[in-house]
Amino acid sequence: MRSYQDKINQLIMHSVLLLYTLICMFPVYLLLSNSFKKRKAIFKEPLSLPSEETFSLTGFTKMFSRVDFGIYFYNSITVTLITLFLVLLFGAMAAWALSEYKFKGNTMLGLYLAFGIMMPIKLGTVSVLQVLNSMGLVNTLTGLIVVYTAQSLPLAIWILSEFMKQVNNELKEAARCDGVNEYQLFFYIILPLLRPPLATVAVFTMVPVWNDIWWPLVLAPSSGKQTVILGMQQYIGQYVTNWNAVFASLSTALIPILIFYIIFSRQLIRSITSGAVK
Amino acid sequence: MKKKFPYHIIVFLFPACFIYTIFMIFPLFDTLRISFYTQDLMGSNLDNTTGVRTFTGINNYRILFFDELWSYHFWNALKNNTYFFILHVSIQTPIGLLIAAFLSSKELKFKGTYRTLIFLPAMMSIVIVGYIFNLILSNLWGIPQTLLGAVGLENLYQPWLGLKETALITISLISIWQFVGIPMMLFYAALLNIPDEVLEASKIDGSNGITTFWYIKLPLIMPTVGLMVILTYVGNFNAFDLIFAIRGLYAGPEFSTDLMGTFFYRTFFGFQHQLGNPTMGATVASATFGIILIGVLVYLFAFQKRITRYQY
Repeated sequence: MRSYQDKINQLIMHSVLLLYTLICMFPVYLLLSNSFKKRKAIFKEPLSLPSEETFSLTGFTKMFSRVDFGIYFYNSITVTLITLFLVLLFGAMAAWALSEYKFKGNTMLGLYLAFGIMMPIKLGTVSVLQVLNSMGLVNTLTGLIVVYTAQSLPLAIWILSEFMKQVNNELKEAARCDGVNEYQLFFYIILPLLRPPLATVAVFTMVPVWNDIWWPLVLAPSSGKQTVILGMQQYIGQYVTNWNAVFASLSTALIPILIFYIIFSRQLIRSITSGAVK
Repeated sequence: MKKKFPYHIIVFLFPACFIYTIFMIFPLFDTLRISFYTQDLMGSNLDNTTGVRTFTGINNYRILFFDELWSYHFWNALKNNTYFFILHVSIQTPIGLLIAAFLSSKELKFKGTYRTLIFLPAMMSIVIVGYIFNLILSNLWGIPQTLLGAVGLENLYQPWLGLKETALITISLISIWQFVGIPMMLFYAALLNIPDEVLEASKIDGSNGITTFWYIKLPLIMPTVGLMVILTYVGNFNAFDLIFAIRGLYAGPEFSTDLMGTFFYRTFFGFQHQLGNPTMGATVASATFGIILIGVLVYLFAFQKRITRYQY
């Protein structure tokens, strides 16, 4: 009797989850499958996979002949990687100082840095533009990098401090007794211990930076400094009527994130569910 | 031995504090300051940085809230944004909870696959999501007609994104579709953290799956629900990308999908016949800042205090 009830429960749960998974995947499937089809097939049989007859790469060839997506990828990768490096390095350093050393104003400084977790930097756009303009950083990748770094640091510091507090005290004291100075202690002993939380912070930093359109739109709208997302948006704006090209450019912008997610999803989900973020 | 001044603390803290202060804290508060000024728009260049500014006190806010030319757009955007938020909380939270509750069931198979796939849309760029749905829901392609036709409901189809009455709801549903994975993940993590003894005890007391969830698990994960609500609130009042991708800067039809983010962009950078206005832009941004701050403070002082007593 009991197991019969259990089976029904399982069936209900699986059907709900399966249905919702299909709802989640349907638009992604439509996008990817149609970007490899001939124009006719897109309209005639939108739901089917590309077959031998309908397969075509016209969208991609058209897109790559018109726009240099290579530059956009270069820009996005540069901005994302440098931001990531700065956030991990500076974030870990600050988190270490906040959680390891007792000094006057420690708590206040922690709160000050935490303020940025909730407050979107977007609201400071008017002034950010002035600051960057006075430094000559408008329309440069550096401008994007500093803004993204400032925006990502608060959450990074917060997550990393939680982990820094868990590092074994005896280990630190043993190292100090051996005459290791504070810099060596941090860079050679603490940082390598923090690889898992650093990976978590890396994902939380990279994805929003890669996906953002606000700052590229505001800071680098033209002249070859566009990121992939902005370049794609501008391209679609011009070629709205060419469905092949639209699908191809959407797929091109989406595929890097899909690959990234396929590689890191396990780690990402584990780190969320293990309480890295609360 | 005299203790050395701990220079290393400063070295560790300086880079992060410097970048954060110059490019985040200073701009946020400088924007508040600029909102008390007005400037001659004709004298400004494209970067909106020059032009003489004069102090006007709270006049910009008076204009924003009460002047006919501005107040319509402000209250309209605020109303739409509130609606956007209410739809998110009332649809996204229950769906996230339901999925998380199912996923946390011990015997269930393929958990990992469901979790990964349901979370996937949250990783995608909002702009890409906007364009995909723009295509899917467009008249030309006919996907909804085909799907509705399959169950004989073809008549139900309307160009949802193009109608004043349905555009905002449709856009909200698209956004909910994309971000359900986040509450799902947070609730799932919270449910896993409930100690087994609590659940065992309730089982012995004769509680079944549904009553256990309703009377034991849900109260215990209430802090996470509260956190999710405030995260959604901040995200919603900061939204821009989806409207921009689907309806453009005019947030049509007839501004029915205008949110604080799109209103801010149009005010600051200008559109059609209206010149970009940095000081009014700063005023809109500061008003949004105030709205978000009120939400966060309500959460911190009222909501969180009351629910943390359930913590174990």
